[in-house]
Amino acid sequence: MKIAIRLAALAPAIVFAATAAFAQGKLNVVATTEDLASIGREVGGDRISIEAIARGYQDPHFVEAKPSFILKLMKAEVLIVVGKELEIGWLPPLIQQSRNSKIQVGADGYLDASLSARILEIPTGQITRAMGDVHPLGNPHYWLDPENGKRIAKDIADKFSQFRPNDRAYFEQRLADFTTRLDAAEKGWLAKMAPYKGTKVATYHRSFPNFAERFGLDIMGYVEPRPGIPPSPQHTLDLINEMKRQNVKIVLVEPYFDLKTPNAIGRDTGAIVLVMPPSVGGVKEVIDYFKLFDYDINLLVDAIRKTGAGK
Amino acid sequence: MRPMRLVCASVVAGGLVLEPSAAHAQDNAQSIQQQIDQLRREFDALKQQYDQRLTALEAKLGGGPPPAAETPPPVAAAPAQPTAQVPPGAEGAGGPAGALPVYGGAAAASKIFNPDMAVIGDFLGAAGTNSVQPDPFALGSNHPFPLQMHESEASFQAVVDPYARADFFLSFGEEGVSVEEGYVTFTSLPGGLLTRVGRMRAAFGKVNSLHNHVLPWTDRPIVNYNLVGGEDGISDAGFSVARLIPNPWLFLEATGQVFRGDSGAEGSPLFQTTRRSELSYVGHLRAYQDITENSNIDLGASYSRGHNGLLFDSASPDLGSRVTQLYGVDATFRWRPLQRSIYHSFVGRTEWIWSRRDQEDGLQSGVGMYISGDYQFGRRWFVGARYDRSDRATDASLLDTGGSLILTYWPSEFSQIRGQYRRTNYALGSAADEFLFQFQFSIGAHGAHPF
Repeated sequence: MKIAIRLAALAPAIVFAATAAFAQGKLNVVATTEDLASIGREVGGDRISIEAIARGYQDPHFVEAKPSFILKLMKAEVLIVVGKELEIGWLPPLIQQSRNSKIQVGADGYLDASLSARILEIPTGQITRAMGDVHPLGNPHYWLDPENGKRIAKDIADKFSQFRPNDRAYFEQRLADFTTRLDAAEKGWLAKMAPYKGTKVATYHRSFPNFAERFGLDIMGYVEPRPGIPPSPQHTLDLINEMKRQNVKIVLVEPYFDLKTPNAIGRDTGAIVLVMPPSVGGVKEVIDYFKLFDYDINLLVDAIRKTGAGK
Repeated sequence: MRPMRLVCASVVAGGLVLEPSAAHAQDNAQSIQQQIDQLRREFDALKQQYDQRLTALEAKLGGGPPPAAETPPPVAAAPAQPTAQVPPGAEGAGGPAGALPVYGGAAAASKIFNPDMAVIGDFLGAAGTNSVQPDPFALGSNHPFPLQMHESEASFQAVVDPYARADFFLSFGEEGVSVEEGYVTFTSLPGGLLTRVGRMRAAFGKVNSLHNHVLPWTDRPIVNYNLVGGEDGISDAGFSVARLIPNPWLFLEATGQVFRGDSGAEGSPLFQTTRRSELSYVGHLRAYQDITENSNIDLGASYSRGHNGLLFDSASPDLGSRVTQLYGVDATFRWRPLQRSIYHSFVGRTEWIWSRRDQEDGLQSGVGMYISGDYQFGRRWFVGARYDRSDRATDASLLDTGGSLILTYWPSEFSQIRGQYRRTNYALGSAADEFLFQFQFSIGAHGAHPF
């Protein structure tokens, strides 16, 4: 009886100790964007702790390399990056100052999520800055295709397993579960968009080529004359004329761009201007990778129905 | 019971894995097919180019007219591997046949390990009169250059090996070339130490460590010219060790640096050695804290000590030279709304510097400061103001003050046009009203600077 009482008294301490040990065993992961963090969370479950650097509503090209991020990176065992030079303006000094050998470029803890992904818009021919802030290795907004989401998840699961071999089965099971759910969701999204295949849209920046390819949108022009170059009056006029000629009724704008020019285009052409998040966290409702497509597809379908743009 | 559960879990997991695997395989096959198609297209394009070149060559050799349109080869199409014929007699019997690849001949391959390279041009101009400081951008220089290709900064940056990276910044100025910075950084040392070895701008305050092209003005504050060695500032060959001080509240970094002891402008050095042992030292403590996700505060305290080249006794040079000590504090407040970060921002900063310079006529204790604010009011537009006030290092009774208004325009991320109205009230001589302007442009891949 006494032993039982003693055990009962010790139980909270044992549970606490076990929890602490478990918490210590969590893989510490940092992702550069909330999209990668969301996929990482799906795969890693409660065996990892993961944080994102860039918020979903900020332009991922222009993140400030704040010292507070150095503190995050200092403790990271794995760093997941979008790659394709999306983070080139801010990530290198953070990695360098992190004093963390595990996450230096080329080290085991550095995972470039783009390596297995299908990358579009890889420039051919001579590349110069006259083309704007062009990405020489291809368009880095590739996560906006669920097929790439699965590839990213696979790479992440492999990386997590490399660091926590004992949890390999756990990560693989969660990867399989994520892939199954994403397959099912993708079927639904494709079915929703199927009637509107070929719908012409204009977008502010080149953020949506993978999304457009997967869901059958036809991007006919951009508010930016060239990537990273703010809209000029002449280009805006040209775009308006082209939109009128092609009867384009939708303009997609990322949440971090000013709406002044898109609204002017909308007024002139009768097009609806949609603030469409390209990332998890881009708007409040988009809390994970599934919700990102749910939100964007619903937003688009509603707008197409409203404007008759799909006809 | 437990094995039973495991079996059930395995069956369920297996079922979950199988279905996506099939989908995956189909997807992979599709991806491979697309890649094959892409390769086929590239191969066809390459073949076409070589056919055209061959035709042109044949026409040339045969004296016939060259083909009408010869398109230049696109850069992205991979050049064919240079080849050489197998020597006569070596073919057959399991040996190589046909063309052999020539290794080391591909110029493109040699670029793989080349560093990131960039050049930043800094063109400066001035209008107005200034009888005290004829050169509008270098105190002490007597060249009244109203237009200057002030600096062309060439940078070379790359990873050295798994343990280090190297950064070189060569400055091509009006009067020659200098290594502005050239150092190796050991990124993976134990104990959380970030160590640099080479020539570098010292971590004294804020402005001293900044390159010209990241300054929010066309010039540097008066206090930097008067007390911290001018445009070059404390920039010397030596070692630097920085360590984060762990604490639960904020980012705290301590930096210690040891230099050879030669810094400052030519003709009026801040530190100058007369003996090997006359090293100079810099210590810097930086505290940073996010206030909100849109705003943060950055505080610093700095100390520097070095010999100023003024001998204690000119008859006994062995006694060495006198000492100059600098103390500094700096504060920077930044605001940048994340969702509109490319359109609006504000940076307010101030630095206070105290100089204690030992001279023949006694200890000169001067103090100087600047305070500035820069507001970004559009994607391409910035407006700023700065107030300057500083004693002179060699005669602290002389006080210079000044003020500037700045307007900056960015045609793109890679170029900048800036105008600055500057009024300076010199302790000796009349006040100067000047209009300074700057054209800055960058080519190549210039690595991002630390925050």
